[in-house]
Amino acid sequence: MTLASTAATGALSGQSQLVIENVFKQFGEGPGAVTAVDHVSFDVKPGEFVSVIGPSGCGKSTLFNIIGGLLDEYSGNVMIERERIAGPHKAVGMVFQEESTFPWRNVVENVAFPLELQGVNKSERLDRAHHFIDLVGLKGFEKLMPSALSGGMRQRVSIARTLVSGPQILLMDEPFAALDEQTRLLLGDKITQIQQDLNQTTLLITHNLTEAVQLSDRIVVMTYRPGKVKRIVNIDLPRPRTSDVVSSDAFGHYVAEIWADLREEASRGMADSESARRASSRG
Amino acid sequence: MAKASLSQHRALPIALGVATFVGAFVLLEALLRYGVVNKYVVPLPSQVLLSLERIVVEENILGRIRETAYEMAVSCLAVIILGVPLGAMLYRWRPLRRAVLDWVAAMAAAPLVLAFPLFLVMFGRSATTVIVMSVITGLAPIIIKTTEGLLGVRPVLINVGRSLKMTDAQMFRMILLPAALPTIFSGIRLSWTFVLISVVGIEFLINLGGLGQLINDLAERYDLPGTYAAIGFVILVSVVFFMLLERVEKWLRPAK
Repeated sequence: MTLASTAATGALSGQSQLVIENVFKQFGEGPGAVTAVDHVSFDVKPGEFVSVIGPSGCGKSTLFNIIGGLLDEYSGNVMIERERIAGPHKAVGMVFQEESTFPWRNVVENVAFPLELQGVNKSERLDRAHHFIDLVGLKGFEKLMPSALSGGMRQRVSIARTLVSGPQILLMDEPFAALDEQTRLLLGDKITQIQQDLNQTTLLITHNLTEAVQLSDRIVVMTYRPGKVKRIVNIDLPRPRTSDVVSSDAFGHYVAEIWADLREEASRGMADSESARRASSRG
Repeated sequence: MAKASLSQHRALPIALGVATFVGAFVLLEALLRYGVVNKYVVPLPSQVLLSLERIVVEENILGRIRETAYEMAVSCLAVIILGVPLGAMLYRWRPLRRAVLDWVAAMAAAPLVLAFPLFLVMFGRSATTVIVMSVITGLAPIIIKTTEGLLGVRPVLINVGRSLKMTDAQMFRMILLPAALPTIFSGIRLSWTFVLISVVGIEFLINLGGLGQLINDLAERYDLPGTYAAIGFVILVSVVFFMLLERVEKWLRPAK
């Protein structure tokens, strides 16, 4: 088994559905300016599952906001089907790290929300909402309010709400960050199954190495601040894939290889935050 | 098992409420009868109870309740109709918020009731004076709480709206307002408390109209049991208003 990796700024395929090209984002100006994303380039092909992984502070969430169109002051290009996007794009469905269900709507009303905005008639939107509720494994919970659900179930409601409008690209920012490891593995299974069933192009932003390897076709490894692409790793694990894959030798090998890269970056991040803390306690 | 089912019984809160009321009634009656509390300051609860019939028959209580309830209803609706949009406006325009929010908060603490001679000049000795003064008194909490509620909406919910390309109007109607509703309702409750006190207080001060005037008349006559019985009717009207508000809140916020 070999680790196939491509150069950080390698040539982007012409068949790409999503292209991130030389994206650069700096916060602030002058000596105090912080470069969050430093000329990042990679692409995502139709039906592919790509993860972006890096230590805290590597600009992952900034990249998520740029691709989702929530941050518009940056240089470089984010292109969907060769069209440069400015602002939120209807082809991109976003799932956020924080709990984002609407507490005043029950499960089916939450999931049907994007269809309500599109003016889809009630019976059709309920049909489609029920289909996606079923898909994320929440059948029987349609009438419950989010407050009656567990964290994992609420995150599945958010995923169903994003999928219901049929986005070409599913963009997720650490959607399982607040969940325990077992729930995370099981939800990973659910995500893999949905991605395979729908042939859904997916870009996952995560700091969880096992989650990235379990789910992805390719992993973009980022450096600690400023966030650059360190390397892109092809994950050559068989599909269809389940959480059983975590016990395989190949899985362990990928995790070890990527961790070797990440450890260096995470150590830099930790040293950076410790020196900042020391400086602030002195000052 | 039997204990658990008793504590979960739906009638238990009502029974506890009645028992508390009866307990307080008996305790006060005893304190007054044994001279611990002066009878010439606080009337016997039993006398207050007996005076209810006299108040109802002789003092046109239904008409007075109708007058006070009308002034309360108009004022309560007006504070919502004016206060929520004003709070939303302060949320929307930051410079305006920074300029006036402290003034609005100060308004909540100001004894506006003392300005009644000014309002008497402007609106005469009429229900309009009572309503206008009560609305002004009750506006500040609802404005502040509406602004606070909208500012407190979790950014992730706003980002969901932005990712779905919602318009400003859709964002306000479908995300901001429902998310801020719990805080807005606590503002309404505060405002209504101010309004209900103000309506009766101004009726009392300008000796006009409903229950406030009745309390004034009875106090002037040193009819202490009658005065307290009339206060009981004020409490009754307030309870009805807050029960209605509770119903509306349950309807608008099924998750509550």
